[in-house]
Amino acid sequence: MFDRMMFRQFLNGAFVVACGLATLIALGALILILWSLVQQGLGGLDLKVFTMTQPAPGSVGGLSNAIVGSIFMCAWAMIFALVVGVLAGTWLAEYGGDTPYGHVVRFLNDVLLSAPSILVGLFVYELLVRPFHGFSAWAGAVALAFLATPIVTRTTEDILNLQAGALREAGMALGASKSFVIRKIIWKSARAGLVTGGLLGFARISGETAPLLFTSLGNQFFSTDMSHPMASLPTTIFQFALSAYDDWRRLAWAGALLIAVAVLSINIIGRALARETRRA
Amino acid sequence: MTTTLAKSEQDTTMTWPARDNLALEARKLDFFYGKNQSLFSVDLPVERNKITALIGPSGCGKSTLLRALNRIYDLYPGQHAIGRILLDGEDVLTDRKSLQRLRERVSLVVETGQGEQPIDEENVMRSGTDLARLRARVGMVFQKPTPFPMSIYDNVAFGVRLYQRKPKAEMDEIVHRALKRAALWEEVKDKLNSSGLGLSGGQQQRLCVARGIAVEPEVLLLDEPASALDPISSAKLEDTLMELKRDFTIVIVTHNLQQAARISDYTGFMYLGRMIEFGPTAELFSNPRAQQTRDYVTGRFG
Repeated sequence: MFDRMMFRQFLNGAFVVACGLATLIALGALILILWSLVQQGLGGLDLKVFTMTQPAPGSVGGLSNAIVGSIFMCAWAMIFALVVGVLAGTWLAEYGGDTPYGHVVRFLNDVLLSAPSILVGLFVYELLVRPFHGFSAWAGAVALAFLATPIVTRTTEDILNLQAGALREAGMALGASKSFVIRKIIWKSARAGLVTGGLLGFARISGETAPLLFTSLGNQFFSTDMSHPMASLPTTIFQFALSAYDDWRRLAWAGALLIAVAVLSINIIGRALARETRRA
Repeated sequence: MTTTLAKSEQDTTMTWPARDNLALEARKLDFFYGKNQSLFSVDLPVERNKITALIGPSGCGKSTLLRALNRIYDLYPGQHAIGRILLDGEDVLTDRKSLQRLRERVSLVVETGQGEQPIDEENVMRSGTDLARLRARVGMVFQKPTPFPMSIYDNVAFGVRLYQRKPKAEMDEIVHRALKRAALWEEVKDKLNSSGLGLSGGQQQRLCVARGIAVEPEVLLLDEPASALDPISSAKLEDTLMELKRDFTIVIVTHNLQQAARISDYTGFMYLGRMIEFGPTAELFSNPRAQQTRDYVTGRFG
């Protein structure tokens, strides 16, 4: 009896230690990454990064063209992903999720969810770049949208399924139509979750390099013309980090830090907003 | 679809209220969850400006019956009702499917020679299938409080806004009146613009009552509205209902026999999908005529 008790206690202790170690390893890696990012990135970070376009090796410059390009393409991609993703997720959760067609859509969405981003880039290359004979920021935005949409769709469906059935019934019992109940009540009560879906999608695409290499290509000049090649932080980092010039590599680190900070701050702002609207 | 007929009529003991004062009436109502029949030829008269309580053990069909009355079951494709539900003499089950099933049943009855009132086709056609209108006339409050994620004011105004665009002052008055009648005004008058989700459970439930009565329905259906509330909130809700019956007709499903005895004028006892006994509450509790009712109200089962 006593032995058995001891054994169980030992097993329990061993399990706790194993869990703790695994957490420590994961956290340790994360902290190391962040540490090196901050350490190396802060050195290259100054006002010029935001105000000047990318320099020739050895001269003074910044990343403004890449920053603006990333903002433009991510913004368009997220507009597309949020509209399509939220509507598709709503359809899956509220209307057609149980039909054969619904099952097919859900399955394909899950496939798309884990599709390699380089494939998406090649697909958009065939779809938009080759037929129109040129790389463009539109193609980049579309490629990013293809990556973000399945995430938003999935999160939307999951979060809507979590909303209480009684809430739907209560809305309908007042005489509201189904779509009215969804728009005015269900979306509202799921708002925090919907925002989370958008943030997950944004976090995914903000650092994507591969799909942009085939679509928006990159641009060493400042441009806001979506129909021409456009610079972006990930492609510029890719180019600079592999270069032999110290000042370029410094800028690459600064760019990487910028992406991390952007994702983090948008996460925090989004969550704060979602909480705020819930309380209102 | 073959329907079991008349099997149920054997043991229903009904004491009907005056026929001419019914707000709502179910006649020979069958209800199906997919292929499972859960109501068997149920009759339910609901007298105007009275509280009618439905009691019975879990799974006896009382909530199902209530949910048929405003056709909220329509949300779920597998569920359907056969029979008649009359709201002020107008048919409620007028969607194409219900009608077809009803016709099948009536023709079956004609073939087998049993007596049944034929459908008043003209009435059925005239009353139409406007679910929104039906639900404006028959409101519902659920077991768990279901405040919408918006301000207290907007919660109450929600139903009204579906039907009419009112100037601000008029809407203020409607909201004020509904909250007052639901006995919630004093507690929320200073925070009408804060979220309905911030209220206590009992307050939320009274908010739902206020939301339901703001559209001035004729009938208010309540599905175990007090089961998630503490005794004090529950007593408050009961007081509210007693007040409300001056203006509304109320049907309440409850597990709490004392509650039914305290507040209702008529009580229906249901068991296994059948209406076993229906009559004035005092009579049903003091002098039940069916054996099953007697066993249930004396606490011998259920």
